[in-house]
Amino acid sequence: MTKSANGGAALSITVEFTGGLELLFSNERKHNITLPAQMDDGSQPNIAYLVRYLVDNVMKDQRQEMFIMEDNVRPGILVLINDADWELEGEEKYELQQGDNIVFVSTLHGG
Amino acid sequence: MAPTTCFNCKEARAVIIRPKNRHKLCRACFLQIFETEVHETITTSNLFYPGERVAIGASGGKDSTVLAAVLKTLNERYGYGLDLCLLSIDEGIRGYRDDSLETVKRNAEQYDMPLMIVGYGELYGWTMDQVVEQIGKKGNCTYCGVFRRQALDRGAARLDIKHVVTGHNADDVAETVMMNLLRGDLPRLSRGTSIVTASGASEIKRSKPLKYAYEKEIVLYAHHRQLDYFSTECIYSPEAFRGSARTLIKDLEKIRPSSILDIVKSGEDMAALVPQGGNANGKTCRSNAAEDESAGGCGSQNGRTSGGEMAAMETQLAENEAAESMETEIRLPAQQPKPGNSRTPKQIKKQTMGHCERCGYISSQRVCKACTLLDGLNRNRPKTAIEVGAGMDDEEISSTLMRQMEHTQLTNS
Repeated sequence: MTKSANGGAALSITVEFTGGLELLFSNERKHNITLPAQMDDGSQPNIAYLVRYLVDNVMKDQRQEMFIMEDNVRPGILVLINDADWELEGEEKYELQQGDNIVFVSTLHGG
Repeated sequence: MAPTTCFNCKEARAVIIRPKNRHKLCRACFLQIFETEVHETITTSNLFYPGERVAIGASGGKDSTVLAAVLKTLNERYGYGLDLCLLSIDEGIRGYRDDSLETVKRNAEQYDMPLMIVGYGELYGWTMDQVVEQIGKKGNCTYCGVFRRQALDRGAARLDIKHVVTGHNADDVAETVMMNLLRGDLPRLSRGTSIVTASGASEIKRSKPLKYAYEKEIVLYAHHRQLDYFSTECIYSPEAFRGSARTLIKDLEKIRPSSILDIVKSGEDMAALVPQGGNANGKTCRSNAAEDESAGGCGSQNGRTSGGEMAAMETQLAENEAAESMETEIRLPAQQPKPGNSRTPKQIKKQTMGHCERCGYISSQRVCKACTLLDGLNRNRPKTAIEVGAGMDDEEISSTLMRQMEHTQLTNS
């Protein structure tokens, strides 16, 4: 396991934004994200943590409400955990695993 | 969590939960079932005839890209014998349409279909960039919408094609139902729910083969087939009212996914009650297709509303519930239909189609909306034009309700 910046064990995952969401994330589709493997309370980081982390650390665009709503992913944005609908995996409570691929797809954008 | 297996093949790992029935499907079964359902929509409504030439209104976005991919697949699988081509509109919005047109050009190669692009500039003498320069960002959706409807028809006419299919999906239709319900516009609600809009005066028929397909499944279909589509936001203007309806629909879907198809069904049932709707089962509606299509294709207005309207609605619902408990139920005596004196339904204004005396395009008015708007632009007096053109369907014109909704939004965000 790799080490995170502060010396603790780290978790590396890939995060992708598509369907127009990439516009909110520096127009970059793919992001390699490193999270601490364990939270302060001993739990593993989950999707809810990841979403908060993305908003606080990766998203430069000010329009947070286009990505989150009431601290959750905005309705109309699909979340895929290793290509499966996050509803199959426990939604925001899914605990991230090393090497996971998380995709956020907007259905809200036009073409 | 152990991986869930596919409801259909009982073998592969399920990756999708279908919004309409909560079935969990693997990738292969999902793609197959999605396609089969579109095929069923096409066959049960007799959308095409063998050898028909069909233009796919293509924006490069997810809906039209999926429509093109599915139609190509089905055409080959079931031998529809269709002659398919892509028809794109160039609104003339630099930095928005340029990129999506590149996508359409790639799609044309990927699907081996001819492509025709018609531009606002050549058709009307005004690109949307120029329109916005003239009138500003507010209200320009009206121009774009009116121009687009005609442009698709004119493009098809140039190709000598009499059938244009568009990528409107179930979410778009549900949105339109809600909007027209909120505006009290039953005739338009009726026209918006039909899968085919044919016009007495125009040769060109419009249809929506993806009418029963969830937007969510369209996006997942595109994802799992790795289709090449473009998504962006129109750089001009949020279409405020549609945006609110859209947010409402997405919020409802989150709570109860079947809501979307239920709204579509309700819309069809309501349409059947509209006199002269000719739309008993949501199949065909003869009307001025040109004026009615609400452009789901440019819908990028969302994302901005705060959801405040939902909060307001929830408060309202809570209040209603509280009030209900204090109410005494009052039963009205059942209405007996009296022979000879049956309840006359409120007269509903029926559109009579004629031709625009300027451009010859079908119109219920003496001068069609596009020409009216152009007049205003050309005379440098866009304000007048907006008022004239707005009476029918300008999303920007506030009904009292919309003003209230916007107000709620502001105070809540």
